[in-house]
Amino acid sequence: MAIPISYNVRNLRLRKGLTIMTALGIALTVTTAIFLMALIAGLNRAFVSSGNPLNVLVLRKGSEAELSGGFDASLYPTLKTLPGIAKDKQGEPMTSGEWVVVIILPRKDGTGEVNVTVRGMMPDGLEMRQLSDPGHRGVKLVEGRWFQTGQREVVVSKSIQSRFSHANIGDTMEFGKGSWKVVGVFDAGGSAYESEVWGDVNQMASDFDRQGGFASAYLRATDPIAAEALKNRVSDDQRLKLEGFIETDYYAKQTSSGAPIKVIGFVVGFIMAIGSIFAAMNTMYAAVAYRGREIATLRVIGFSRPAILTSFVLESLLLALLGAAAGIVLMLPFNGMQTGTSNAVTFSEVVFALRITPQVAGYAILFALIMGFVGGLAPAWHAARQNILSALRS
Amino acid sequence: MDYATSGEVMTLGSFVVRNAFRNKRRSLLTMISISFSLLLLTLMICIWRSFYVDQVAPEAARRLIVRDRVSLAFFLPAYYRDKIRSVPGVMAVAPLTWFGGRYMDDRPEHFFAQMATDPDEYLKVASDKIVPPEQVKAWQQDRAGALVDVTLANKYGWKLGDRITLQANIFPTNLDLTIRAIYHRDPPQNALYFNAKYLEEAVPWFKGQAGWYAAQIDSADLVARAAHEIDDMFHNSPLQTKTESEKAFQLGFVASLGNVKAFILSICGAVVFAIMLVSANTMAMSVRSRTREVAVLKTLGFTRQRVLSIFVSESVALALAGGLLGVLVAIPVIAGLTHRFIGLGIPLDMKVNVVTGGLSLLVALILGVVSGYLPAYKASHMNIVEGLRHIG
Repeated sequence: MAIPISYNVRNLRLRKGLTIMTALGIALTVTTAIFLMALIAGLNRAFVSSGNPLNVLVLRKGSEAELSGGFDASLYPTLKTLPGIAKDKQGEPMTSGEWVVVIILPRKDGTGEVNVTVRGMMPDGLEMRQLSDPGHRGVKLVEGRWFQTGQREVVVSKSIQSRFSHANIGDTMEFGKGSWKVVGVFDAGGSAYESEVWGDVNQMASDFDRQGGFASAYLRATDPIAAEALKNRVSDDQRLKLEGFIETDYYAKQTSSGAPIKVIGFVVGFIMAIGSIFAAMNTMYAAVAYRGREIATLRVIGFSRPAILTSFVLESLLLALLGAAAGIVLMLPFNGMQTGTSNAVTFSEVVFALRITPQVAGYAILFALIMGFVGGLAPAWHAARQNILSALRS
Repeated sequence: MDYATSGEVMTLGSFVVRNAFRNKRRSLLTMISISFSLLLLTLMICIWRSFYVDQVAPEAARRLIVRDRVSLAFFLPAYYRDKIRSVPGVMAVAPLTWFGGRYMDDRPEHFFAQMATDPDEYLKVASDKIVPPEQVKAWQQDRAGALVDVTLANKYGWKLGDRITLQANIFPTNLDLTIRAIYHRDPPQNALYFNAKYLEEAVPWFKGQAGWYAAQIDSADLVARAAHEIDDMFHNSPLQTKTESEKAFQLGFVASLGNVKAFILSICGAVVFAIMLVSANTMAMSVRSRTREVAVLKTLGFTRQRVLSIFVSESVALALAGGLLGVLVAIPVIAGLTHRFIGLGIPLDMKVNVVTGGLSLLVALILGVVSGYLPAYKASHMNIVEGLRHIG
């Protein structure tokens, strides 16, 4: 017969100080783990949610990023005539030739300068990105208006606006060969576009001496099958020497930017977890030691050794759960906090938000339970193996 | 207690130590728990020190990196090299270009830095790299030759004369290289250098460009002025430059990872707090189980201060023992991690020395005092009669 769990709950409540301190210790480890997992979750989301599955990105063959691309403008009309491209508002094929450059902006909080991606695009580029499809939310204008073709105007993402100085509507940004007026702010829903500044492609190309070519081209396909076909067609055409990517695949590859955080996270989480396991073990040993006579009594009443073993492991798990809950509650205020790291592919800053997803919370609980289990097993074993007679006498 | 019968003189110190380790299992678990936290703390301190405190070697301090102001992704024209050379104090200038290819496969452990440079001048700039003269000559004579770090060569079992292929990512050509020279440097660097002319032959559009320039300056006093002069010289050029010391250049990569300082500090905070909880917890347990003993001590005439100091000392002894263990474990762990980081291309030179180890122990000491104080205070203010009646 199993020992009722209320016995464990009561015991934890009886030694409040000890319980709270041990749980807090576990909570701290859990907090650190959540923090690191939330960073990675946010970063992954920035890349995974980026790009529309219907957009085909065209780069020079052999180049893996827009920044290291670049092809002759004479190839662009050929791309426009490919079959399977959706029509824009004017009834023309929806395509956009673009330039991507990286500029340096000072952080608002004065912690240094950061590389930010600036993208020059055609009107179709804007139209394409505002489209929402199943499973993909388009970019939305939240303030001001979009930039106008032929003007030295830019729109910035919400997070660029909040993280950098001179990024409010009406401000001017200095880059290239002069100043650019900020006319609008857009919301890219936490995607990689959230780290970008957009403007007119021709204005940008002349500022960066890049006329006569494009870094990349975007083609909007009519449907997923057409997108796949477009991608293959661009890549297989020997004359073009270009390569097509489905935009979502292109960004999914960039998640490798989180590698340093993962390495650090693993080392830190692992070391802290071992520390917590020993602390939990200590508490549970103490719990067993205080209750030597009690355990013996339980045995005399007829509870079996496995029942006692289970009961103490359960108590340790309860303690860990308490710690996990405290850890999650402690970390919740940080959910959504924005931060940035360097994109390993584009060398520019990726802005992302800490995301405590149910999955992160689930892993945190699992992590705590493992700590509780490992920490509780030895003391529980000790409790179950105790000699009844000597324990009753003590 | 059989101290008296054994004829041993019971001093306060040995009393404290004996008590601290009386419950062996509890003390051991506490020590191990504290030691892991302190291991992490030592690691963080070492990272901090390597990033923000350590001064570089004198030759490295006289080395400037000139790169495009906006981004490393943009190349600088070749004629910049001669212009940089004309700046007073500049002794040698070498072009460097990140090739960013892959060796064998995409696995991160197979990643290492590959740079195109000018073999005739590169070693004048990188004077901290030690290469046998005949190997330098061989490297300079073979256009498809490569200079590699000794740890990198050992990792893959490369010997002089071995041929390797680097698959291109950024440039549209793979490179077939022959190992011609192997360099020693402290700390090791995990890098490979080859002739930029070889890359230019294969990639015509790359001709006349370089990713960045490394310049060696005559004397340390001229470094700051030279950096200014170089940037001023290119101020009105289409491609403006950013000139900074090698250390600042590397720190730029660290800064781009995010708010590293806050990150390290918050982990340290969590660790310190965790140690405090563990240690306070143990002391609370210890005091609780010795309630009657404390009462006896007080009846024997021990003052409150004495009892307080006994318990605080016990806590300190435990924390210090855990700290010492942590620092000792940290030495090999950090050496291993440094090796791994360098393998991943992160130039982290971490070592546990007297300062970093001492700092960790100091933290342990302070934490021992703080965490032991509350339980000790409780013990010292205990009512003697109740304490004697206590059934523990």
